[in-house]
Amino acid sequence: MGIIEARELVKKFKSITAVDGISFDVPQGELFGILGPNGAGKTTTIKMLTTLLMPTSGSAFVAGFDVYRQRDEIRESIGIVFQNVALDLYMTGRENLEFHAWMYDMPGKLMRDRIKEILKLVELSGRADDLVETYSGGMRRRLEIARGLMHRPKILFMDEPTLGLDAQTRRRIWEYIRVLNKGEKITIILTTHYMEEADFLCERVGIIDRGRIVAMDSPENLKGIIGSDSVTLDVDSGDCGLFEQLGFVKSCGKTGGLFSLNVEDGEGKIPEIMLFAQAHGIKVRRVGLKRPSLEDVFLKFTGTKIREGSGTEEEEEEETGRQ
Amino acid sequence: MKPIKIKAIYIIWLREMRRIWRFKSELIGSLVMPVMFLVFLGLGLNGAAVPGIPRGVSYIDFIMAGVIGMTLLFNSMFGGMDLLWEKEMGFLKEVMVSPVSRLSIFIGKVVASSTTSIIESVMILLLGMLLGFKFPDFGRFMLTLMFMLVTSFTFLGLGLAISSRMKDTQGFPVVMNFVIFPLFFLSGAFYPVEALPGILRPLCYFDPLTYGVDGMRAVLIGVSSMPPILDFAVLSLFCLAIILIGVHLFETGSDIGN
Ligand SMILES: Nc1ncnc2c1ncn2[C@@H]1O[C@H](COP(=O)(O)OP(=O)(O)OP(=O)(O)O)[C@@H](O)[C@H]1O
Ligand SMILES: [Mg+2]
Repeated sequence: MGIIEARELVKKFKSITAVDGISFDVPQGELFGILGPNGAGKTTTIKMLTTLLMPTSGSAFVAGFDVYRQRDEIRESIGIVFQNVALDLYMTGRENLEFHAWMYDMPGKLMRDRIKEILKLVELSGRADDLVETYSGGMRRRLEIARGLMHRPKILFMDEPTLGLDAQTRRRIWEYIRVLNKGEKITIILTTHYMEEADFLCERVGIIDRGRIVAMDSPENLKGIIGSDSVTLDVDSGDCGLFEQLGFVKSCGKTGGLFSLNVEDGEGKIPEIMLFAQAHGIKVRRVGLKRPSLEDVFLKFTGTKIREGSGTEEEEEEETGRQ
Repeated sequence: MKPIKIKAIYIIWLREMRRIWRFKSELIGSLVMPVMFLVFLGLGLNGAAVPGIPRGVSYIDFIMAGVIGMTLLFNSMFGGMDLLWEKEMGFLKEVMVSPVSRLSIFIGKVVASSTTSIIESVMILLLGMLLGFKFPDFGRFMLTLMFMLVTSFTFLGLGLAISSRMKDTQGFPVVMNFVIFPLFFLSGAFYPVEALPGILRPLCYFDPLTYGVDGMRAVLIGVSSMPPILDFAVLSLFCLAIILIGVHLFETGSDIGN
């Protein structure tokens, strides 16, 4: 039994079916990721689980409470980092955090300590007393994250928390998210566009496309579906099939002047492959090694590269086509 | 009944206070309109014989309650509809997913906005002194404050009720034209409701502001159409009904925070 249980959740907006029968369980303490292209229904799913939207049909329990009937109880148990920042632009950063602390009934001393700690984490200590209106986009994002991390809920939802942050900041926030998850035992549900983020953080990932879950497993297992490493050889000439004499080569394909060999532990096999090539008079100009990534998994299941930003014509056509 | 959280109400109120302090100039700016009414109507018509106004009562004394009523009406309605600005800014989501009951949020908003409205109204009363209006003694001032408070609660409730069912701020002009202005003109702010023709007059008695203005006029200058006790009783009933409806609409508005 999970701390989150969703069964056949559906959300329709007039003619658009944003979420089309999603079911999943998240056990207590897990760091669960939801991966999907723009418009896949990630935010809508999160909104239903956090009582911001009523589902059209299906059922869901969050911390054991029903999303239809026990909305107040759910709100007691969760925290959220919103995709579109939900800050008061006309308060200072610190005031936004204070407002949050009071709403969540945090004791005064804890509040002050936490605010200090968290401002440091997101590197906003110096700007804490400026109006949020004067913050840059990245700074607002960081403040939004800071606020979500402040009150240590049982379950934390993060909707694309690190979108648009620089790599360094993102890393630091990842570490902190991990500490919250492992150290404070907070269950975390996170949606993301970043494959490295899902790979680095999540114990399990659900890939969602057009309102449905198309694959769900640990990043390792998902990558396992794609298969093994591929070693590519840039050669002048030669027969690709020859390499299959090497016992560990599972298959071999040739595209243009490129051979790609499927092997386990590509790094360890490259020397042998090179010796073999030399022995058979094949001249290798370059060698490449490609590991299966979540990106490949994503590609396989959704048929699209992950799209950052939105609004391409193709995509809009797709979205209207879906109605 | 969901528990009421005092801490939450306090921080919602404090946020509003910080805001008016930070944007003092806005507060001052919003005094311009009512003061213009006092100056141009009050002084301009001071000598004129406005029908229905008892002899010996100067026009500026007469409209003081009306101008305050107007200020309370506009400020409170807009205060309630602030909800929609917060929605557009996104901040409302933060409030709505917090573990604070809708009732506490509602109360917080009412307490916060009515503080602002009353501060403004008192400033108008003070500015009126420059134009020759006699500031009431302590007892009358307290009674005026009571009327201000209930009037403000009433229209905050109405503002919140309406905005609980509106999607965005696009509907503002409609509310302005079809709710706020009619309420204002029917209230007898600038002349006694008895001066209106028979077909319009009954409508005045469905306007809570009529009782607010009449009651304030009674305690401020001792002139009124109805006994102030009656004014207060009717106004309070309106207030209670509107607040209850407002709370209900606010609690059940399924995607207020969306
Ligand atoms: N309030 C709404 N009214 C109508 N349609 C909506 C509404 N909210 C979302 N949708 C539609 O539902 C679909 C899913 O949207 P959602 O925001 O859940 O996607 P997402 O996976 O979070 O995308 P992104 O990666 O861009 O944030 C989209 O087609 C969107 O247009
Ligand atoms: Mg989204």
